[in-house]
Amino acid sequence: MANQKLVQIPSDSLLPERDADKLPILRALHLGIDFGGLTAVDDFNISVGRTEICGLIGPNGAGKTTVFNLLTKVYQPTRGTILIDSIDTHGMNTVQANQLGIARTFQNIRLFNNLSVEDNIKIGLHNQMHYSMLGGILRLPNYWIEENAAHKKALELLDIFGMADLADAKAGSLPYGAQRRLEIVRALATNPKLLLLDEPAAGMNPAETAELMENIRGIRDRFQIAIMLIEHDMSLVMNVCEAIAVLNYGKIIAKGTPQEIQSNPQVIEAYLGKKKEG
Amino acid sequence: MKKILQNKATRSNYITYGGVILAFILLQGLSAANALSSSLKGQLVPICAYVVMALSLNLTVGVLGELSLGHAGFMSVGAFAGAVAASAMTESVAAEPIRLAIAMVIGAVFAGVAGVLIGIPVLRLNGDYLAIVTLAFGEIIKSIINNLYIGIDVNGLHASFLNNNITFAEGGRMILSGPMGIPGIQKISTFTAGFILIMITLIVIFNLVNSRSGRAIMALRDNRIAAESVGIPVTKYKMMAFVTSAALAGAAGALFSLGQNTIIASKFDFNTSILILVFVVLGGQGRMWGSIIAAAALTVLPEMLREFADYRMLIYAIVLIVVMLFTNSAGAKQFISKVKSIFMRDIEGGEQNG
Amino acid sequence: MLTFLNHLINGISLGSVYAIIALGYTMVYGIAKMLNFAHGDVIMVGAYVCFFAVSSFGLPPVLGVLLAMLVCTILGMTIERLAYKPLRQAPSLAVLITAIGVSYFLQNSAQLLWGSNQKMFPAFLSGDGISLFRGQINISTVTVVTIIACVIIMLVLTFFTNKTKMGKAMRACSEDKGAAQLMGINVNSTISMTFAIGSALAAIAGVLLCSAYPTLIPTTGSMPGIKAFTAAVFGGIGSIPGAMLGGILLGIIEIFAKAYISTQVSDAIVFAVLIIVLLVKPSGLLGKPIREKV
Repeated sequence: MANQKLVQIPSDSLLPERDADKLPILRALHLGIDFGGLTAVDDFNISVGRTEICGLIGPNGAGKTTVFNLLTKVYQPTRGTILIDSIDTHGMNTVQANQLGIARTFQNIRLFNNLSVEDNIKIGLHNQMHYSMLGGILRLPNYWIEENAAHKKALELLDIFGMADLADAKAGSLPYGAQRRLEIVRALATNPKLLLLDEPAAGMNPAETAELMENIRGIRDRFQIAIMLIEHDMSLVMNVCEAIAVLNYGKIIAKGTPQEIQSNPQVIEAYLGKKKEG
Repeated sequence: MKKILQNKATRSNYITYGGVILAFILLQGLSAANALSSSLKGQLVPICAYVVMALSLNLTVGVLGELSLGHAGFMSVGAFAGAVAASAMTESVAAEPIRLAIAMVIGAVFAGVAGVLIGIPVLRLNGDYLAIVTLAFGEIIKSIINNLYIGIDVNGLHASFLNNNITFAEGGRMILSGPMGIPGIQKISTFTAGFILIMITLIVIFNLVNSRSGRAIMALRDNRIAAESVGIPVTKYKMMAFVTSAALAGAAGALFSLGQNTIIASKFDFNTSILILVFVVLGGQGRMWGSIIAAAALTVLPEMLREFADYRMLIYAIVLIVVMLFTNSAGAKQFISKVKSIFMRDIEGGEQNG
Repeated sequence: MLTFLNHLINGISLGSVYAIIALGYTMVYGIAKMLNFAHGDVIMVGAYVCFFAVSSFGLPPVLGVLLAMLVCTILGMTIERLAYKPLRQAPSLAVLITAIGVSYFLQNSAQLLWGSNQKMFPAFLSGDGISLFRGQINISTVTVVTIIACVIIMLVLTFFTNKTKMGKAMRACSEDKGAAQLMGINVNSTISMTFAIGSALAAIAGVLLCSAYPTLIPTTGSMPGIKAFTAAVFGGIGSIPGAMLGGILLGIIEIFAKAYISTQVSDAIVFAVLIIVLLVKPSGLLGKPIREKV
């Protein structure tokens, strides 16, 4: 992965070579948001290729999660444009953004704690099922067909992380790492084209993190989707990401391959502070 | 099918159905053998109505996770719509059970419509604000019905608001007279009808909860932001739960009113809403069998405590506080878990020996 | 025009009573995040205490009011200690039901102790009142006293919460209990203090309410309680100026609805206005909007 090449595309953005001939799944142009007088994100530009794994890093408070909230339309941007699969998301809400193919996990885990693991995933499958409320209450044939299919699909998805035996457990009672994984599975269940992971390795031990890396690559390869992740664990970021964007004070200060980022003086300064002159 | 029966929630649903059916058969038997006191017999229909009220409110409070302090308002709409409809149909629909069924459907439809009208503004709010607005709507419904006059003559139904200025053709009569309510209701509600309504309510709620719509509703309860992120439209499913709950309450209201001689609007006030909420909380949020038992027990108990008439509300208040303290305070919780662990150890030990 | 002015003054007077009750609701909500439905019944207890002190024991009215305040303060603190404090960590619905239990308890105790027949509250706030426009507008003493009392309470409370140590502790606790505790504030005693102040105010409100509407029964406090609660939400629950504003506006709306629209549906109109306000400003007139952090 480390020797993947990034190529320039006409709109002055970088994409992995294999995605370069396809339209990017996500394009953000001059994106910005102000809270009161405070500018949280400003002039944020990025393109993400169809099967790219892209990292978003930066010091605490740089605005990384705010970017995710903008992309998923939890916040409406003050400025700029977000194109998902070349469709302008202006005026859309979170639900519509999800239906366009963007799904996410949360930094502070947000599961449906009182429901079973399987039900959490079936909620992710909600929009792929179509029987009506009445069909559900009267248990019409469609109910049984779709519910059985959903049951199978849920177990299949759980199997990605080897969690199929936990299907009946209450989501809130799972150990921390399993909860993080379940959130990823639930997001995947919505059939996304772009998966946003907000600190997926937070709170995991090195062994779990190593496994997660494999899983992230595995998900990309199997579903052929793009993944964008926020992470503080540099070994994970440098190992799985093909492209990395560095955010500081709401602005992108560098973009490039892991090698380029590691040697970028601006990035080093943002993380470690400026070297004192003299 | 086998797999489904292994599911804990599904099993508990079947036990609930079974329990209700058993209780019905038992009470019918006792009633046939004249083993029920006349006061208890008279209570059977109201018990069914309150059970349905508790179940329907549990859909809003336990499944949707929103606090409603105006549920009696929907009961009121259903009660009056149903009673007016039944009165208007006295001649045209001779068979009482059919008239009752139509009246309950009309009660449900009117309450459901009220649910939509109230839901549009209410469901935009959250938490305590939502609760206070449902309280306000409950009071508004009470005020409106308290000032509503409805009469019937050969030309059909006539209504007026605030003042009774209805003029009738020959042979017309008043049905609803504002604060005097509806007097002289023909009692057509039966225990069997009540039982059927409870069963329908249970089927609706259980099957809803175990369907895609029900899961969406519970997802909103557990985490609205996460639910939106996986594409669950908030308003649609909040509304679905709220309106279903209102419609069921309306049917219960019709059942209730058609088992009474007279109904007046002020019967369905804030205190009634609270009474139903108490059933739900004592029975357990989201736990339908709990609502049934709490509603039935707390409807029968005051009658049985008649000899303590002066003190029974005081006892009720104290019991309410003590139960809440005992089931929710940190100290009591520790105590319960300690007792539990002692018992569990015994059971586990026993199993090992056996 | 003059009748309009007359209604306005009556509205402000009624609104002042609502405002004083609403203050109790809003302070308790601000700090304990609970809907204290028993607050309305503390008003009733205050009114009864004052009634018996003045009518049966012949105490001077001022002493009667002070005694009512004392009893209500102790009552409020006791309720908090016994019923609410064990439930600090409990789900809000459990606390709500407990508060309703306390409300029933107070109402039924009052009924057992003092009977359910209505008592006529002594008119110790009679007197000539103020006459304006050559007697075309008469403002009764009760009205004057109520409005003055409300203004004084507002000023004192504003000073108290902004300038005194205890008041600052109260604001700190309502902002963030954990952080307040870490700063060395005794959260429990602060909450207790809040209940004490709210209940003392309820006693005053009870006396003023019964001076204006002199029939006293065990459920006297319920409807004004619910309306004052509405007023607190109307103004933005948790906000002290909001409670004042909400209370007074509610009083004015109620009197105008009674005068110009219909007495029977005046309550419905009051609640309808509340709903409209909440739709436009979901956290009330002066409430702070809350934003969930994602």
